[in-house]
Amino acid sequence: MRSGTLAVARAIARRDLLVEWRSRVVTNQVIPFAVLVMVMFAFALDSDAVLERVAPGLVWLATIFSVLFLTARSFAVETADGALDAMRSAGVNPVAIFLGKSVAVAVQLLVLDVALVVAAVVLYRADVSLGGGVLLVTTILVATTGLASVATLYGGLAAGTKGRETLLPLLLLPVVAPVLIGATRATESAFGTNGIAVSEGWPWLGLLAVFAVLFSVVGAVAFGPLVDE
Amino acid sequence: MSGAQPIVTSAADGAATGSVVELIDAVALIGSFPALAGASLRVERGEILLLRGPNGAGKTSLLRLCAGLLPLERGSASVCGVDLATDRELVRAHVGIIGHTNGLYHDLTVAENVGFWGRLSGATSAEVHEAMQRMGLDGRLSGVRVSKLSAGQRRRTALAGLVARRAELWLLDEPHAGLDADGRDELDRVLRAAAAAGATIIVASHELERAGGLATRQVEIVAGQVRGDLR
Repeated sequence: MRSGTLAVARAIARRDLLVEWRSRVVTNQVIPFAVLVMVMFAFALDSDAVLERVAPGLVWLATIFSVLFLTARSFAVETADGALDAMRSAGVNPVAIFLGKSVAVAVQLLVLDVALVVAAVVLYRADVSLGGGVLLVTTILVATTGLASVATLYGGLAAGTKGRETLLPLLLLPVVAPVLIGATRATESAFGTNGIAVSEGWPWLGLLAVFAVLFSVVGAVAFGPLVDE
Repeated sequence: MSGAQPIVTSAADGAATGSVVELIDAVALIGSFPALAGASLRVERGEILLLRGPNGAGKTSLLRLCAGLLPLERGSASVCGVDLATDRELVRAHVGIIGHTNGLYHDLTVAENVGFWGRLSGATSAEVHEAMQRMGLDGRLSGVRVSKLSAGQRRRTALAGLVARRAELWLLDEPHAGLDADGRDELDRVLRAAAAAGATIIVASHELERAGGLATRQVEIVAGQVRGDLR
Protein backbone atom coordinates (compact mmCIF):
# COMPACT_ATOMS: atom_id res chain seq x y z
CA MET A 1 0.00 0.00 0.00
CA ARG A 2 1.31 3.47 -0.84
CA SER A 3 0.65 6.31 1.57
CA GLY A 4 -1.54 9.22 0.49
CA THR A 5 -0.20 12.71 -0.16
CA LEU A 6 -1.26 14.10 3.21
CA ALA A 7 0.17 11.14 5.14
CA VAL A 8 3.50 11.53 3.33
CA ALA A 9 3.46 15.31 3.90
CA ARG A 10 2.84 14.67 7.60
CA ALA A 11 5.75 12.22 7.74
CA ILE A 12 8.06 14.75 6.07
CA ALA A 13 6.98 17.61 8.35
CA ARG A 14 7.39 15.40 11.41
CA ARG A 15 10.85 14.31 10.26
CA ASP A 16 11.98 17.91 9.57
CA LEU A 17 10.81 19.01 13.02
CA LEU A 18 12.53 16.02 14.60
CA VAL A 19 15.78 16.92 12.83
CA GLU A 20 15.42 20.47 14.15
CA TRP A 21 14.61 19.24 17.66
CA ARG A 22 17.79 17.16 17.61
CA SER A 23 20.07 19.80 16.11
CA ARG A 24 18.49 22.81 17.92
CA VAL A 25 19.57 25.15 15.12
CA VAL A 26 16.43 27.31 15.44
CA THR A 27 16.50 27.58 19.21
CA ASN A 28 20.26 27.95 19.60
CA GLN A 29 21.13 29.93 16.50
CA VAL A 30 18.25 31.40 14.47
CA ILE A 31 16.17 32.85 17.34
CA PRO A 32 19.24 34.35 19.06
CA PHE A 33 20.29 35.83 15.71
CA ALA A 34 16.88 37.41 15.14
CA VAL A 35 16.69 38.81 18.67
CA LEU A 36 20.24 40.10 18.29
CA VAL A 37 19.17 41.98 15.16
CA MET A 38 16.42 43.63 17.21
CA VAL A 39 18.88 44.52 19.97
CA MET A 40 21.41 45.96 17.50
CA PHE A 41 18.71 48.15 15.98
CA ALA A 42 17.85 49.36 19.48
CA PHE A 43 21.50 50.37 19.98
CA ALA A 44 21.73 51.95 16.52
CA LEU A 45 18.53 53.99 16.71
CA ASP A 46 18.85 54.83 20.41
CA SER A 47 15.53 56.65 20.65
CA ASP A 48 12.38 55.28 22.27
CA ALA A 49 10.14 57.29 19.97
CA VAL A 50 11.87 56.07 16.83
CA LEU A 51 12.02 52.49 18.08
CA GLU A 52 8.31 52.48 18.85
CA ARG A 53 7.60 53.73 15.35
CA VAL A 54 9.82 51.22 13.54
CA ALA A 55 9.21 48.18 15.79
CA PRO A 56 6.70 46.45 13.45
CA GLY A 57 9.04 46.78 10.48
CA LEU A 58 11.98 45.46 12.48
CA VAL A 59 9.99 42.42 13.63
CA TRP A 60 9.26 41.46 10.04
CA LEU A 61 12.71 42.38 8.74
CA ALA A 62 14.25 40.10 11.36
CA THR A 63 11.71 37.39 10.43
CA ILE A 64 12.59 37.59 6.75
CA PHE A 65 16.35 37.47 7.40
CA SER A 66 15.75 34.44 9.60
CA VAL A 67 13.68 32.74 6.89
CA LEU A 68 16.84 32.62 4.81
CA PHE A 69 18.64 30.62 7.51
CA LEU A 70 15.66 28.34 8.13
CA THR A 71 15.25 27.58 4.44
CA ALA A 72 18.95 27.00 3.86
CA ARG A 73 19.00 24.64 6.85
CA SER A 74 15.83 22.86 5.71
CA PHE A 75 17.41 21.95 2.37
CA ALA A 76 20.94 21.42 3.70
CA VAL A 77 19.71 18.36 5.61
CA GLU A 78 18.11 17.11 2.38
CA THR A 79 21.18 17.52 0.20
CA ALA A 80 23.88 16.48 2.71
CA ASP A 81 23.44 12.78 1.89
CA GLY A 82 21.25 12.96 -1.20
CA ALA A 83 17.95 12.50 0.66
CA LEU A 84 15.95 14.85 -1.59
CA ASP A 85 17.16 12.98 -4.68
CA ALA A 86 16.37 9.70 -2.94
CA MET A 87 12.81 10.84 -2.24
CA ARG A 88 12.28 11.84 -5.86
CA SER A 89 13.89 8.59 -7.04
CA ALA A 90 11.50 6.70 -4.78
CA GLY A 91 8.56 8.35 -6.50
CA VAL A 92 7.53 10.43 -3.49
CA ASN A 93 4.90 12.92 -4.63
CA PRO A 94 6.57 16.36 -4.93
CA VAL A 95 3.36 18.01 -3.69
CA ALA A 96 3.76 16.04 -0.45
CA ILE A 97 7.43 17.06 -0.16
CA PHE A 98 6.49 20.71 -0.71
CA LEU A 99 3.62 20.61 1.79
CA GLY A 100 5.63 18.76 4.44
CA LYS A 101 8.62 21.02 4.24
CA SER A 102 6.44 24.17 4.14
CA VAL A 103 4.58 23.11 7.28
CA ALA A 104 7.84 22.40 9.11
CA VAL A 105 9.28 25.81 8.12
CA ALA A 106 5.99 27.49 9.13
CA VAL A 107 6.03 25.89 12.59
CA GLN A 108 9.60 27.06 13.17
CA LEU A 109 8.69 30.55 11.92
CA LEU A 110 5.77 30.72 14.34
CA VAL A 111 8.08 30.00 17.25
CA LEU A 112 10.48 32.63 15.96
CA ASP A 113 7.74 35.24 15.55
CA VAL A 114 6.52 34.74 19.10
CA ALA A 115 10.06 35.39 20.32
CA LEU A 116 10.35 38.50 18.11
CA VAL A 117 7.02 39.97 19.25
CA VAL A 118 8.06 39.45 22.88
CA ALA A 119 11.38 41.13 22.06
CA ALA A 120 9.53 44.06 20.46
CA VAL A 121 7.32 44.48 23.52
CA VAL A 122 10.28 44.32 25.90
CA LEU A 123 12.87 46.25 23.90
CA TYR A 124 10.72 48.74 21.99
CA ARG A 125 7.84 49.01 24.47
CA ALA A 126 5.31 48.01 21.84
CA ASP A 127 1.78 47.89 23.21
CA VAL A 128 -0.83 45.35 22.13
CA SER A 129 -4.55 45.67 22.98
CA LEU A 130 -6.98 42.73 22.89
CA GLY A 131 -8.23 43.68 19.40
CA GLY A 132 -4.69 44.32 18.33
CA GLY A 133 -3.69 40.89 19.66
CA VAL A 134 -6.27 39.17 17.46
CA LEU A 135 -5.03 41.10 14.43
CA LEU A 136 -1.41 40.34 15.33
CA VAL A 137 -2.01 36.59 15.71
CA THR A 138 -3.92 36.46 12.41
CA THR A 139 -1.19 38.47 10.67
CA ILE A 140 1.51 36.15 11.96
CA LEU A 141 -0.40 33.03 10.86
CA VAL A 142 -1.17 34.28 7.35
CA ALA A 143 2.23 35.94 6.74
CA THR A 144 4.01 32.83 8.04
CA THR A 145 2.05 30.61 5.65
CA GLY A 146 3.06 32.78 2.70
CA LEU A 147 6.69 33.06 3.77
CA ALA A 148 7.01 29.32 4.37
CA SER A 149 5.51 28.51 0.97
CA VAL A 150 7.65 30.87 -1.05
CA ALA A 151 10.79 30.00 0.95
CA THR A 152 10.25 26.26 0.36
CA LEU A 153 9.69 26.83 -3.35
CA TYR A 154 12.84 28.91 -3.80
CA GLY A 155 14.79 26.75 -1.36
CA GLY A 156 14.04 23.74 -3.56
CA LEU A 157 15.04 25.66 -6.65
CA ALA A 158 18.35 26.76 -5.12
CA ALA A 159 19.08 23.40 -3.43
CA GLY A 160 20.71 21.83 -6.45
CA THR A 161 22.67 24.85 -7.61
CA LYS A 162 26.20 26.02 -7.01
CA GLY A 163 26.44 29.05 -4.73
CA ARG A 164 23.02 28.34 -3.25
CA GLU A 165 23.89 30.22 -0.04
CA THR A 166 24.11 33.51 -1.94
CA LEU A 167 21.55 32.66 -4.61
CA LEU A 168 18.70 32.06 -2.16
CA PRO A 169 18.65 35.63 -0.71
CA LEU A 170 18.89 37.11 -4.20
CA LEU A 171 15.90 35.06 -5.34
CA LEU A 172 13.82 35.30 -2.20
CA LEU A 173 14.16 38.83 -0.86
CA PRO A 174 12.56 40.68 -3.81
CA VAL A 175 9.66 38.21 -3.91
CA VAL A 176 8.78 38.57 -0.22
CA ALA A 177 8.59 42.38 -0.37
CA PRO A 178 4.74 42.28 -0.39
CA VAL A 179 4.81 40.24 2.85
CA LEU A 180 7.21 42.71 4.44
CA ILE A 181 4.95 45.63 3.50
CA GLY A 182 1.61 43.98 4.33
CA ALA A 183 2.72 42.38 7.58
CA THR A 184 4.44 45.56 8.74
CA ARG A 185 1.34 47.69 8.11
CA ALA A 186 -0.93 45.17 9.84
CA THR A 187 1.45 44.92 12.79
CA GLU A 188 1.59 48.74 13.05
CA SER A 189 -2.16 48.67 13.48
CA ALA A 190 -1.95 45.87 16.03
CA PHE A 191 0.67 47.82 18.02
CA GLY A 192 -1.24 51.11 17.56
CA THR A 193 1.92 52.70 16.15
CA ASN A 194 1.44 56.45 15.43
CA GLY A 195 -2.16 56.15 16.61
CA ILE A 196 -3.21 53.86 13.73
CA ALA A 197 -6.48 52.06 14.51
CA VAL A 198 -6.67 48.27 14.65
CA SER A 199 -9.39 48.30 11.98
CA GLU A 200 -6.94 49.84 9.47
CA GLY A 201 -4.77 46.74 9.68
CA TRP A 202 -7.30 44.15 8.53
CA PRO A 203 -7.29 45.15 4.82
CA TRP A 204 -3.55 44.37 4.68
CA LEU A 205 -4.40 40.80 5.57
CA GLY A 206 -6.05 40.55 2.15
CA LEU A 207 -2.68 41.14 0.50
CA LEU A 208 -1.02 38.60 2.81
CA ALA A 209 -3.76 36.04 2.15
CA VAL A 210 -3.50 36.43 -1.62
CA PHE A 211 0.27 35.99 -1.37
CA ALA A 212 -0.10 32.89 0.81
CA VAL A 213 -2.67 31.24 -1.46
CA LEU A 214 -0.75 32.16 -4.63
CA PHE A 215 2.57 30.73 -3.48
CA SER A 216 0.99 27.68 -1.84
CA VAL A 217 -0.63 26.75 -5.16
CA VAL A 218 2.32 27.74 -7.36
CA GLY A 219 4.72 25.97 -5.01
CA ALA A 220 2.71 22.73 -4.98
CA VAL A 221 2.55 22.71 -8.78
CA ALA A 222 6.09 23.89 -9.57
CA PHE A 223 8.14 22.24 -6.82
CA GLY A 224 8.49 18.85 -8.56
CA PRO A 225 9.69 20.14 -11.94
CA LEU A 226 12.03 22.68 -10.26
CA VAL A 227 13.63 20.06 -8.00
CA ASP A 228 13.95 17.55 -10.85
CA GLU A 229 15.72 20.16 -12.98
CA MET B 1 18.89 -3.65 -34.49
CA SER B 2 22.20 -2.85 -32.87
CA GLY B 3 25.11 -5.20 -32.34
CA ALA B 4 23.85 -6.36 -28.94
CA GLN B 5 22.43 -9.85 -28.78
CA PRO B 6 18.75 -9.66 -27.87
CA ILE B 7 18.14 -11.66 -24.74
CA VAL B 8 14.37 -11.48 -24.83
CA THR B 9 12.04 -11.30 -27.74
CA SER B 10 8.91 -9.75 -26.29
CA ALA B 11 7.77 -7.84 -23.24
CA ALA B 12 5.00 -10.37 -22.68
CA ASP B 13 7.66 -13.06 -22.19
CA GLY B 14 8.85 -11.29 -19.06
CA ALA B 15 5.52 -11.21 -17.35
CA ALA B 16 5.09 -14.91 -17.98
CA THR B 17 8.52 -15.90 -16.67
CA GLY B 18 8.70 -13.48 -13.74
CA SER B 19 11.42 -11.25 -15.18
CA VAL B 20 11.91 -8.08 -13.21
CA VAL B 21 13.83 -6.18 -15.91
CA GLU B 22 13.37 -6.49 -19.64
CA LEU B 23 15.14 -4.17 -22.03
CA ILE B 24 15.00 -4.68 -25.78
CA ASP B 25 17.21 -2.44 -27.91
CA ALA B 26 16.78 0.32 -25.34
CA VAL B 27 18.15 3.71 -26.33
CA ALA B 28 18.51 6.51 -23.78
CA LEU B 29 20.08 9.90 -24.33
CA ILE B 30 21.94 12.26 -22.04
CA GLY B 31 21.57 15.48 -23.98
CA SER B 32 22.23 14.29 -27.52
CA PHE B 33 24.73 11.60 -26.43
CA PRO B 34 23.39 8.03 -26.60
CA ALA B 35 24.24 6.79 -23.10
CA LEU B 36 22.48 3.53 -23.98
CA ALA B 37 22.65 2.61 -27.65
CA GLY B 38 20.44 -0.44 -28.07
CA ALA B 39 20.86 -2.27 -24.77
CA SER B 40 19.04 -5.57 -24.30
CA LEU B 41 18.87 -7.33 -20.98
CA ARG B 42 16.65 -9.59 -18.95
CA VAL B 43 16.97 -10.01 -15.19
CA GLU B 44 15.03 -12.62 -13.25
CA ARG B 45 13.61 -12.25 -9.76
CA GLY B 46 16.15 -13.02 -7.02
CA GLU B 47 19.20 -12.54 -9.25
CA ILE B 48 22.23 -10.51 -8.26
CA LEU B 49 23.49 -9.14 -11.56
CA LEU B 50 26.87 -7.45 -11.90
CA LEU B 51 27.15 -4.76 -14.55
CA ARG B 52 30.79 -4.34 -15.52
CA GLY B 53 32.47 -2.14 -18.05
CA PRO B 54 34.77 0.85 -18.42
CA ASN B 55 33.93 4.38 -17.31
CA GLY B 56 31.33 5.99 -19.55
CA ALA B 57 30.16 2.64 -20.94
CA GLY B 58 26.60 3.19 -19.72
CA LYS B 59 26.41 1.28 -16.40
CA THR B 60 24.97 4.16 -14.38
CA SER B 61 22.71 5.16 -17.27
CA LEU B 62 21.28 1.65 -17.35
CA LEU B 63 20.59 1.85 -13.61
CA ARG B 64 18.96 5.26 -14.04
CA LEU B 65 16.84 4.02 -16.93
CA CYS B 66 15.63 1.08 -14.82
CA ALA B 67 14.86 3.49 -11.95
CA GLY B 68 12.71 5.64 -14.21
CA LEU B 69 15.10 8.56 -13.90
CA LEU B 70 16.24 8.54 -17.52
CA PRO B 71 13.66 8.58 -20.33
CA LEU B 72 13.55 5.75 -22.84
CA GLU B 73 14.17 7.22 -26.28
CA ARG B 74 13.66 4.09 -28.43
CA GLY B 75 13.23 0.36 -28.00
CA SER B 76 11.17 -1.20 -25.25
CA ALA B 77 11.76 -1.47 -21.53
CA SER B 78 9.74 -2.96 -18.73
CA VAL B 79 10.69 -2.95 -15.03
CA CYS B 80 8.59 -4.72 -12.39
CA GLY B 81 5.87 -5.02 -15.01
CA VAL B 82 5.77 -1.27 -15.66
CA ASP B 83 6.33 -0.05 -19.21
CA LEU B 84 9.04 2.62 -19.02
CA ALA B 85 8.01 4.11 -22.35
CA THR B 86 4.66 5.23 -20.96
CA ASP B 87 4.75 5.04 -17.15
CA ARG B 88 8.32 5.58 -16.01
CA GLU B 89 7.22 7.69 -13.01
CA LEU B 90 5.22 4.71 -11.72
CA VAL B 91 8.21 2.39 -11.63
CA ARG B 92 9.94 4.51 -8.98
CA ALA B 93 7.73 3.13 -6.23
CA HIS B 94 8.98 -0.41 -7.00
CA VAL B 95 12.67 0.41 -7.34
CA GLY B 96 15.37 1.60 -4.95
CA ILE B 97 18.55 3.17 -6.28
CA ILE B 98 21.58 3.89 -4.12
CA GLY B 99 24.56 5.64 -5.62
CA HIS B 100 27.36 7.53 -3.96
CA THR B 101 25.00 8.92 -1.32
CA ASN B 102 22.76 7.01 1.08
CA GLY B 103 19.76 9.36 1.35
CA LEU B 104 19.95 9.47 5.15
CA TYR B 105 19.37 12.17 7.77
CA HIS B 106 22.44 12.30 9.96
CA ASP B 107 20.75 13.89 13.00
CA LEU B 108 18.22 11.06 13.16
CA THR B 109 18.76 7.56 14.50
CA VAL B 110 18.84 4.40 12.41
CA ALA B 111 15.29 3.51 13.52
CA GLU B 112 14.00 6.99 12.70
CA ASN B 113 15.57 6.93 9.25
CA VAL B 114 14.29 3.48 8.37
CA GLY B 115 10.92 4.34 9.91
CA PHE B 116 10.69 7.48 7.77
CA TRP B 117 11.32 5.57 4.54
CA GLY B 118 8.86 2.91 5.63
CA ARG B 119 6.16 5.47 6.43
CA LEU B 120 6.42 6.88 2.90
CA SER B 121 5.20 3.49 1.66
CA GLY B 122 2.68 2.87 4.41
CA ALA B 123 4.82 0.23 6.18
CA THR B 124 3.81 -0.79 9.69
CA SER B 125 6.12 -0.55 12.71
CA ALA B 126 6.51 -4.33 12.60
CA GLU B 127 7.61 -4.17 8.96
CA VAL B 128 10.11 -1.42 9.76
CA HIS B 129 11.49 -3.46 12.65
CA GLU B 130 11.77 -6.51 10.41
CA ALA B 131 13.65 -4.45 7.82
CA MET B 132 16.19 -3.39 10.43
CA GLN B 133 16.47 -6.93 11.70
CA ARG B 134 17.21 -8.24 8.21
CA MET B 135 20.03 -5.72 7.86
CA GLY B 136 21.41 -6.46 11.33
CA LEU B 137 20.45 -3.03 12.61
CA ASP B 138 18.10 -3.96 15.42
CA GLY B 139 19.17 -3.79 19.06
CA ARG B 140 21.75 -1.23 20.13
CA LEU B 141 22.38 0.19 16.65
CA SER B 142 18.74 1.12 16.08
CA GLY B 143 18.98 4.03 18.53
CA VAL B 144 22.31 5.38 17.27
CA ARG B 145 22.38 8.56 15.23
CA VAL B 146 23.50 8.06 11.63
CA SER B 147 26.28 10.64 12.12
CA LYS B 148 27.90 8.20 14.57
CA LEU B 149 27.80 5.19 12.23
CA SER B 150 30.57 3.72 10.10
CA ALA B 151 30.30 3.89 6.30
CA GLY B 152 29.22 0.24 6.19
CA GLN B 153 26.54 0.73 8.81
CA ARG B 154 25.21 3.74 6.90
CA ARG B 155 25.04 1.70 3.72
CA ARG B 156 23.12 -1.03 5.56
CA THR B 157 20.74 1.61 6.98
CA ALA B 158 20.05 2.83 3.45
CA LEU B 159 19.40 -0.76 2.35
CA ALA B 160 17.05 -1.25 5.30
CA GLY B 161 15.15 1.74 3.95
CA LEU B 162 14.73 -0.13 0.66
CA VAL B 163 13.42 -3.18 2.54
CA ALA B 164 11.02 -1.00 4.54
CA ARG B 165 9.84 0.60 1.29
CA ARG B 166 9.35 -2.90 -0.13
CA ALA B 167 11.46 -2.06 -3.17
CA GLU B 168 11.47 -5.09 -5.48
CA LEU B 169 14.48 -4.06 -7.54
CA TRP B 170 17.65 -2.71 -5.92
CA LEU B 171 19.98 -0.72 -8.15
CA LEU B 172 23.36 -0.22 -6.50
CA ASP B 173 26.07 1.93 -8.05
CA GLU B 174 29.52 1.03 -6.65
CA PRO B 175 28.08 -0.20 -3.34
CA HIS B 176 31.45 -1.33 -1.95
CA ALA B 177 33.09 2.07 -2.43
CA GLY B 178 34.35 3.59 0.81
CA LEU B 179 33.79 0.46 2.90
CA ASP B 180 36.50 -1.38 4.83
CA ALA B 181 36.94 -5.17 4.57
CA ASP B 182 34.47 -5.92 7.35
CA GLY B 183 31.94 -3.51 5.88
CA ARG B 184 32.25 -5.17 2.47
CA ASP B 185 31.79 -8.65 3.92
CA GLU B 186 28.76 -7.48 5.88
CA LEU B 187 27.29 -5.78 2.81
CA ASP B 188 27.72 -8.94 0.72
CA ARG B 189 26.05 -10.98 3.45
CA VAL B 190 22.96 -8.74 3.60
CA LEU B 191 22.70 -8.51 -0.20
CA ARG B 192 22.77 -12.30 -0.55
CA ALA B 193 20.13 -12.57 2.18
CA ALA B 194 17.99 -9.94 0.47
CA ALA B 195 18.20 -11.77 -2.86
CA ALA B 196 17.32 -15.04 -1.13
CA ALA B 197 14.27 -13.27 0.30
CA GLY B 198 13.15 -12.27 -3.21
CA ALA B 199 14.81 -8.95 -3.96
CA THR B 200 16.38 -8.53 -7.38
CA ILE B 201 19.70 -6.69 -7.28
CA ILE B 202 21.71 -5.03 -10.03
CA VAL B 203 25.18 -3.89 -9.03
CA ALA B 204 27.33 -1.59 -11.16
CA SER B 205 30.92 -1.91 -10.07
CA HIS B 206 34.54 -1.63 -11.08
CA GLU B 207 35.57 -3.93 -8.26
CA LEU B 208 35.24 -7.12 -10.27
CA GLU B 209 36.78 -9.49 -7.76
CA ARG B 210 34.58 -8.32 -4.91
CA ALA B 211 31.34 -7.76 -6.82
CA GLY B 212 31.96 -10.77 -9.06
CA GLY B 213 32.04 -13.03 -6.00
CA LEU B 214 28.71 -11.60 -4.91
CA ALA B 215 26.91 -11.76 -8.26
CA THR B 216 24.97 -14.73 -9.58
CA ARG B 217 25.51 -13.44 -13.14
CA GLN B 218 27.64 -10.83 -14.87
CA VAL B 219 27.18 -8.82 -18.04
CA GLU B 220 29.49 -6.30 -19.62
CA ILE B 221 28.40 -2.96 -20.99
CA VAL B 222 30.44 -1.50 -23.82
CA ALA B 223 29.51 1.69 -25.63
CA GLY B 224 25.95 1.63 -24.33
CA GLN B 225 25.26 -1.99 -25.30
CA VAL B 226 25.01 -5.11 -23.16
CA ARG B 227 27.52 -7.67 -24.40
CA GLY B 228 25.80 -10.70 -22.95
CA ASP B 229 26.36 -13.20 -20.23
CA LEU B 230 29.94 -13.55 -18.99
CA ARG B 231 29.40 -16.49 -16.74
